[in-house]
Amino acid sequence: MNGIHDLGGLTAFGPIPQKEDEAVFHADWERRIFALNMASLAFLGPVDRARHAIERMNPLDYLATSYYEHWIAAILTMAKDLGYLTDEEIETGRVGQARSLPNPAPTAQMIEGLVRGGMPANRNEAQTQPAFALGTRIRARNIEITGHTRLARYVRGKVGVVTAHHGCHVFPDTYAHDQGEHPQPLYTVRFEARELWGDNVSRRDCVYIDLWEFYLEPLPEGSQQE
Amino acid sequence: MSEHDHHDAPASPYNRSDRSAEHDQALAERVAKIESLFIAKGLVNKAALDKLVDLYENDLGPMNGAKVVARAWVDPKYKQRLLSDATAAIAELGFGGLQGEHMVVVENTSQVHNIVVCTLCSCYPWPVLGLPPTWYKDAAYRSRVVVDPRSVLTEFGTTLAEDVEVRVWDSSAEVRYLVLPERPEGTQDLSEDQLVKLIDRDSMIGVKKVQIS
Repeated sequence: MNGIHDLGGLTAFGPIPQKEDEAVFHADWERRIFALNMASLAFLGPVDRARHAIERMNPLDYLATSYYEHWIAAILTMAKDLGYLTDEEIETGRVGQARSLPNPAPTAQMIEGLVRGGMPANRNEAQTQPAFALGTRIRARNIEITGHTRLARYVRGKVGVVTAHHGCHVFPDTYAHDQGEHPQPLYTVRFEARELWGDNVSRRDCVYIDLWEFYLEPLPEGSQQE
Repeated sequence: MSEHDHHDAPASPYNRSDRSAEHDQALAERVAKIESLFIAKGLVNKAALDKLVDLYENDLGPMNGAKVVARAWVDPKYKQRLLSDATAAIAELGFGGLQGEHMVVVENTSQVHNIVVCTLCSCYPWPVLGLPPTWYKDAAYRSRVVVDPRSVLTEFGTTLAEDVEVRVWDSSAEVRYLVLPERPEGTQDLSEDQLVKLIDRDSMIGVKKVQIS
């Protein structure tokens, strides 16, 4: 989806605000909505679904509201989409008729285990070798993706060089939509600033971005040199 | 591009800290309602919520990343391990977990300056830096740092020579990036613990250099 969240390359937002601000949370409700999202991931996740829930916000609301207000939108969208919560329940605050839960919510101990242990996104796919070797020039595909994707718009159609392999990682474009993990090679690709932004930017600067194999295509034969 | 400044653009409406008290109160009530609903329905465990707040407010933060950086400065073999397998090297110091499962550390030198961003959301290495500061999640930073990193650096008071290569790392997958800043000159007599105190969050995101305070 070409959403409002895909901000890379815009220069319209003015100076960066609040650079000296060190507080992790600015109000108690921010603490609570952060914790609510994290603690309910067992039912509402994966995190790719949460990201997509934010991406589906009304774009005007997305830009006009703060980060943790996005998390309010995300948790309600996910809980409703999955049938764990109804509009009536949100309206009244009283438990009504909604889908029952498959198991109890994770305890504090389980949550701490999750925070300390993490949820690795890599999968051991011994048969899958990366199609593009380190140093290979590739093009990020210029394609329309209707659902969740991590193929940022600013690299689509641009040529870069593979600089790292990360093994096979769960593919967010399917995983966010309950369509399976489909692990596939994940690459870091280096794009020169001039390839992305034009001839009047610094020739020395560059962007590195992580891209799944589905997002990449080979260049025509004989085009490995500039 | 860097000859333009972006200060003539309107102030970002996004992530305002000057929410009115009424708006804040309305949000507090809304979240309290969601919390009691979620607890009543069994979607969350109350003790788990309190644990999460405690962990991210008190336990995980840039002090962890500072220990990693200081160790790399004093121990060349550790630095080598950190640059070749950051996840394992960071785990040696006891750090790891959610949003730090696949770590990569990128080294600043006199010729290369690295900056980290997530243009699509706000991905950030939680185990070593904690939760991100407001500006990191702001549209202004996320949008501009990829296209005009030098103007962003200037806003943070960081000026680089023209011949320094600026590398912007866009955290678009589950790989998380930490910048290994340059060790400032004049710190050769400091202990590892003293070095830790010099290393701040912004230097490990890459928007500042480590300064001798």
